[in-house]
Amino acid sequence: MINVGLDIGSRTIKLVVFKDYEMIHQDVRKNSFDNKQITEELLAGIPYDHLTATGYGRHLFDNTPNCSIISEIKAFALGVHSVFPHCRTILDIGGQDTKAISLDARGRMKKFVMNDKCAAGTGRFLEIMANALNYSLSEFGEAAFQADRAEKINNMCTVFAESEVISLLSKGADRSEVARGIHESIVSRAFSQLQKIGLEDDIVFVGGVAFNPAVKKILQDVCRKKILTPDNPQIIGALGCVLYARSQEREN
Amino acid sequence: MSTDYHKMWAELGLDLKMHDALLNVLGEGYQQTFLTQKNRPEGMQYFDFVMSEVHGLRIKELRDAQAEGRVVVGSFCVFVPEELILAVDGISVGLCTGAEFGFDLAEKYLPRNTCSLIKSAFGFNLSKVCPYMESADMIVGENTCDGKKKSYEEFGKLVKNLYMMDLPQTKSASGKALLKAEYQRFQKALEELSGKKITVENLKKGIEIVNNKRKAIHRLAKLRAADPAPISGLDALLINQIYFYDNPVRFTESVNKTCDELEERISKKEGVFPPDAPRLLVSGCPMAVPNWKLPTIIEQSGAVIVGEESCVGERGTRNETVIEGNSVEELLDNIIERYFQIDCAIFTPNPDRKDHLIEMAEKYKADGVVHYSLQFCQPYDIESHNVEKELEEAEIPVLNLVTDYSAEDMGQLSTRVEAFIERIKE
Repeated sequence: MINVGLDIGSRTIKLVVFKDYEMIHQDVRKNSFDNKQITEELLAGIPYDHLTATGYGRHLFDNTPNCSIISEIKAFALGVHSVFPHCRTILDIGGQDTKAISLDARGRMKKFVMNDKCAAGTGRFLEIMANALNYSLSEFGEAAFQADRAEKINNMCTVFAESEVISLLSKGADRSEVARGIHESIVSRAFSQLQKIGLEDDIVFVGGVAFNPAVKKILQDVCRKKILTPDNPQIIGALGCVLYARSQEREN
Repeated sequence: MSTDYHKMWAELGLDLKMHDALLNVLGEGYQQTFLTQKNRPEGMQYFDFVMSEVHGLRIKELRDAQAEGRVVVGSFCVFVPEELILAVDGISVGLCTGAEFGFDLAEKYLPRNTCSLIKSAFGFNLSKVCPYMESADMIVGENTCDGKKKSYEEFGKLVKNLYMMDLPQTKSASGKALLKAEYQRFQKALEELSGKKITVENLKKGIEIVNNKRKAIHRLAKLRAADPAPISGLDALLINQIYFYDNPVRFTESVNKTCDELEERISKKEGVFPPDAPRLLVSGCPMAVPNWKLPTIIEQSGAVIVGEESCVGERGTRNETVIEGNSVEELLDNIIERYFQIDCAIFTPNPDRKDHLIEMAEKYKADGVVHYSLQFCQPYDIESHNVEKELEEAEIPVLNLVTDYSAEDMGQLSTRVEAFIERIKE
């Protein structure tokens, strides 16, 4: 039985392929204006029995045979619970959304909040800021991680924050300290969402931004709690899809 | 619309080009939202007809009535007592506030961070596309939230016949006295406007008509408790919206006729959604025509809405007015008694609202509540925190959403609604 999980996000598309209980393939591709084509490329040559899609492009698979659709909130709840069975709080920072989800002891979702309408405090915000500072994404996180202090970034709006960054640099601010300030602003946004759902241990941080060491470290400082991250935080939604399909099979 | 009403609209001073544009958008929206639904009750044909003629035949009726010397009173709030308007043989109509139309014009008068409902009233007025506003002999504004009461100061400059009604903010003896004084003042204003005295007889008749209208709506509400639900939430919302526009006696008959049909459906266990469809209540800010965004998303995601805790819904229609009384003052006291129970979020504190929600969830066998606040609506947005907490404690799942009239957040809203439905199914 080949089970495919596909997380069609705003910035990247994530694929996992399971043969029964073993993951045999995974892939992450940058998304473009044509997510249908990229999805087809990713799936080429994979003779799946069932596909489950999530992410903002999930409805590409509406009314498609052998396909189901779940929300990314459900996908993350299932995916994280399987990796960290004691998880009660999930923070997911992806390309365009930030979500905080609370789970009960059995891993069922209780409450969730998502960012509204704009990209402030998301992966895309980090990408644009890294670009403004002329860092690669990995250098950007590393520089912020190493910096001893932070320049405060006041603007939440991505466009205004970018001009704020440029103006700080022109005043001679240290590039890594500006980087640190940007990371702190993202964490403060995420922290206010976590507060809304309650911070109960274990807290698990997932999504592409969880690769960033500075965000994780600052988050731990701000929450004063230990934050867990899986080895590959980006594919948790796709993994959740496969788990969903399995649970449906058991029911039928 | 079968008849060409352009001449009438021109006489009313509508901007014909803008108005045609609005009707086009409305018509398309209506087609996609309502007419694509499956297995609708036949009784909905009447309401489809009313909607198709909402700017046509109904406006002609208002103008014909005015020609006979009757007055048309437009309002924005369920605190404006229709009983008194009917007593002077007047016609009560709700005014247009449900679409993102003319916001650029509205923002000349209002801050950007004003709720969509207020902006929409200004937008419709400034774009000259609301025939109800243009037809009204009197427009009643009311001191509910800060946004509304301050914006009426500006609105009063745009229309020549704005009447302001003060409203209490607490459920206290002094609050009730204020409501009484205001309803007495409103009675006089109506008498002056219409040249007709309010008497025991005509007021009783007014109460009876409105009571019958409410009874029919209560009957409809109860039938939605059936599983499978015999009517979609969208159609039931539409009926609740038309409540504000249509001739009340004709409306009552049509609702009752539809209810007869729904009873038959229920006895045959027929429904519009499968029996296992999650059942939701929608609670919060009012949804005026054509604000159908959220209910559409909810029902397209596979859940059925079984009740509206809203001014356009049960908060607005709950309770009848006691009809016994030997003087106008006694009857007025009965009216005040009825209206003073409305649990609008402008009251502080407002504990009845969550009690009513818990009661509704039980009565209509709802699996959860979607709380809907308009962005920048402080009363409902702030109150949502406590409503959510108390309902979750009563083991009623709540999804708390803040949105506006634009279509830009439809993707985000669908994700939240779908996830909420998944939570309920777990």
